[in-house]
Amino acid sequence: MTELPLIGEAVAVAAEPRLAGARIGVVTFPGTLDDRDAARAVRLAGGTAVELWHGDTELGDVDAVVIPGGFSYGDYLRAGAIARFAPLMSKIIDAANSDARLPVLGICNGFQILTESHLLPGSMIKNDHLKFLCRDQVLRVENSNTAWTLDYQAGQEITIPLKNQDGQYIADEKTLDALEAEGRVVFRYVGFNPNGSRRDIAGISNAAGNVVGLMPHPEHATEPGFGPESLDGIGGSDTDGLGFFTSVLTKIVGGDK
Amino acid sequence: MSIDTTKKFNIDTVENAAKTPDTELPWAELGLKQNEFDEIVKVLGRRPTGAELAMYSVMWSEHCSYKSSKNHLRQFGDKVTPEMKKDMLVGIGENAGVTNLGDGWAVTFKIESHNSPSFVEPYQGAATGIGGIVRDIISMGARPVAVMDPLRFGAIDHPDTARVMHGAVAGIGGYGNSLGLPNIGGEMVFDSVYQGNPLVNALAVGVMRHEDIRLANASGKGNKVVLFGARTGGDGIGGASVLASESFDDTKPSKRPAVQVGDPFAEKVLIECCLELFKGSLVEGIQDLGAAGISCATSELASNGDGGMAVELTSVLLRDPTLTPGEILMSESQERMMAVVTPENVEAFEAVMDKWAVEYAWLGEVTDSGRLIITWEGEVIVDVDPRTVAHDGPVYDRPFARPSWQDDVQADAFTGSVQDAGRPSAPAELAKAVTELVASPNMCSKSWITDQYDRYVGGNTSMAFPDDAGVVRVDEETGLGVALATDANGRYTYLDPYHGAQLALAEAYRNVATSGAVPMAVSDCLNFGSPEDPDVMWQLAEAIRGLSDACMVLGIPVTGGNVSLYNQTGTTPIHPSPVVAVLGKLDDVARRTPSGWREDGQAIYLLGTTAAELDGSEWANMRGHLGGLPPKVDLDAERALGEILINASRDGMIDSAHDLSEGGLAAALVESSLRYGVGARIALQDVLDRDGVDLFTALFSESQGRAVVGVPRSEEVRFTDMCTARGFAHTRIGVVDAASGTLDINGVESLSLDALREAHEGTLPKYFG
Repeated sequence: MTELPLIGEAVAVAAEPRLAGARIGVVTFPGTLDDRDAARAVRLAGGTAVELWHGDTELGDVDAVVIPGGFSYGDYLRAGAIARFAPLMSKIIDAANSDARLPVLGICNGFQILTESHLLPGSMIKNDHLKFLCRDQVLRVENSNTAWTLDYQAGQEITIPLKNQDGQYIADEKTLDALEAEGRVVFRYVGFNPNGSRRDIAGISNAAGNVVGLMPHPEHATEPGFGPESLDGIGGSDTDGLGFFTSVLTKIVGGDK
Repeated sequence: MSIDTTKKFNIDTVENAAKTPDTELPWAELGLKQNEFDEIVKVLGRRPTGAELAMYSVMWSEHCSYKSSKNHLRQFGDKVTPEMKKDMLVGIGENAGVTNLGDGWAVTFKIESHNSPSFVEPYQGAATGIGGIVRDIISMGARPVAVMDPLRFGAIDHPDTARVMHGAVAGIGGYGNSLGLPNIGGEMVFDSVYQGNPLVNALAVGVMRHEDIRLANASGKGNKVVLFGARTGGDGIGGASVLASESFDDTKPSKRPAVQVGDPFAEKVLIECCLELFKGSLVEGIQDLGAAGISCATSELASNGDGGMAVELTSVLLRDPTLTPGEILMSESQERMMAVVTPENVEAFEAVMDKWAVEYAWLGEVTDSGRLIITWEGEVIVDVDPRTVAHDGPVYDRPFARPSWQDDVQADAFTGSVQDAGRPSAPAELAKAVTELVASPNMCSKSWITDQYDRYVGGNTSMAFPDDAGVVRVDEETGLGVALATDANGRYTYLDPYHGAQLALAEAYRNVATSGAVPMAVSDCLNFGSPEDPDVMWQLAEAIRGLSDACMVLGIPVTGGNVSLYNQTGTTPIHPSPVVAVLGKLDDVARRTPSGWREDGQAIYLLGTTAAELDGSEWANMRGHLGGLPPKVDLDAERALGEILINASRDGMIDSAHDLSEGGLAAALVESSLRYGVGARIALQDVLDRDGVDLFTALFSESQGRAVVGVPRSEEVRFTDMCTARGFAHTRIGVVDAASGTLDINGVESLSLDALREAHEGTLPKYFG
């Protein structure tokens, strides 16, 4: 992806300079929508965002990968079903499963792509109410030991936007039981289940904790003035989602929290 | 297998047309009048070919040629002061107007209708409405950054309204959400006048650097003409089917939709791919394909440029190989663009297409012949002066006259009418009335709709529905941004088209100023009935006159828009509905003012004065009355109010501001309280004494030029001094009460915010699930 300079690029950030050395790749498929937003979130957290193109056959020099939201290839078949076959996805799958355990975050369509890629179990179907829903959603961080949640406390509640049509997480009972038992339910909807997801699951991780997927959008709660508090004012803050990105950056540069 | 090498069509060439002057042509079926057909024959000096007839018929249609409104629309270009021109980089006539934002930034925006397709097929009609307006924005060289959608449907309880509502909202969401464009606002009105003619308007806004502005013209002999994006199919052909006599082939798909079918994925890819073309300066001119498809794109590009173009029509990539030349020229298949590329840039252009996997076909080149020549396998089927197709269509001075019924309607005031019986006055009655108002179809919460739209994508949305204006950041370094609002009141405009149109502008202007932005430009979508009805034509003429006069007073120009006529069922037209969009500028979106108060103890001020103006109001509407005169327009007062709101926002004197419009003060107080769930204590005695109105009138009158603001205690002196210095009426009417959970208005029974919220938010789910 070539970032086009039509929306200003630079965002003034007062973050720890040592984090800037961490390079987070942001994947763009045709139909990806929140790629610029994910890249901005990486920058706001102090890291360096690297554009990745779906057709690339090499992952290049990145320390972690974000697969952002959108409708990859239009998602006319089934969300994420085509994207998993992109050349870059096989590289991401290999890197995530390698000994190096590349941290991977799938947001919304990215989560759907991760389940289609079998990096994460289960699947997403249409919301139980059958409509697209955009709202600010309260989540509970159930596991603060994944690569993307280290900066949160277990049990902490955060408010970040949710916006999707196919957000209902489903899996068979055995899988759900296993996810619960292994602490791999990373986020749960609090107060309101917006799509009928099984056991109020909003996000999960793989066994190693390096791959995390969730339906809500942490990258849209990283900048004062543009998050849930400013837009809708229902409580929480504008920057509850920033911790996803600081978590992985801190882990990459080997800092202690 | 044998290959059929026979020609599928009986191609009507120019040569053939010259030889067979007496061939019967279906011009009437294509919507042309006898005088128009005669004019075509005169222009060409012979009968048109089938393909030429297709082009002229669609380009000379009301929709494309503005033939009934053109003589009146001129006022938007004529009534322009130097102040209005100062920031206008591109005016009316291009795909969309462009306004200078400063710092090298420019903004382009436009509002358009997609009314009739949205009634026939609400999902696709509304979806392709978004698609079309977004392509207009791309055509200017801009990155689209937000959309809005003013909607007007039939009665909320009519069974067909649910069909249109569900389809249109899902279509706008399904298409817009897939483009990555935040939906930042709009309108929703229910009125039985729109039952058979819902109004689905769509606005898009885009931003660019000055050097990226692109225009729709084909210049430079030898430059290549390329069509790219989706393939051309049989959708949206409509009238062209009468040309099916061209076809020998009865195996082709017979019933194809007259409404276009959208593919938002193709559009999203097209956006990115066009922006990459602009970045590399790879196109000389560009035009989107909307109404009239290739007919429009080729004739307008050629007409705006050096005047000549040669195109081989069989090069067009087709979805349906059985399409005839006329159908290909008229097809309104979506997600297509046409561009002019220099021979040196052809390779680079193709590389961008290949990267985004976008299909393209080189159709021909720019010539200096002054003619648009279209061939079919080398045989000339169109040979016209493109100006005669694109710009020199018929223009009508339609007769218009003030309707005979207008005086009676204006004499029928609400006050004292049968419907006014039992006007609430006791505290319990007034509380009930306020609750009924905010639960009414037009005043209830629109979140059932707006929650189906993505307002976050892009990360630059600073404010969205339900605030007065949508606000989007343009420059991340400086916080520079734009605010947008759209408004119209069909009932006001029915009562008085001249002032009704001005009221629409005044409200949109006020909404933008309320957000803290400086109003800069106007785009309008004029939705009216049949121009062949002198009553309707008078409404249209009056509305345009009113709007253009008001733009002069407010000092902001109309930079573009569209006219939608024939919105009527049988002989019954819709209320005249000029939807006006105003765009404003914020130097730093961080300073934008939201509509709700939050801080306990802040003072609440009412700006402006209240008169007994209930005619055409939401209250009268709820009681089934429509008559009298709309609220008085005072554009100087609007300008003064706007300056106060903008200065107060910039200097941090106010934390909240909400304009008063439909539903009056009652609606504004409830909305400002519900915005963040924070109550207030209100006493209106000073207003009643000063303005000589009773409590009911103070709450429900729709007097213009008013706003409610929340002022921090520390800023009260500075704020009131500013209002006093400017001679603008301001009254402290109460205080924010964060702990109460109620809206307490002296003389009105206490209203619990929970109950108000339930009433306000319950209406749409009740009707639409």
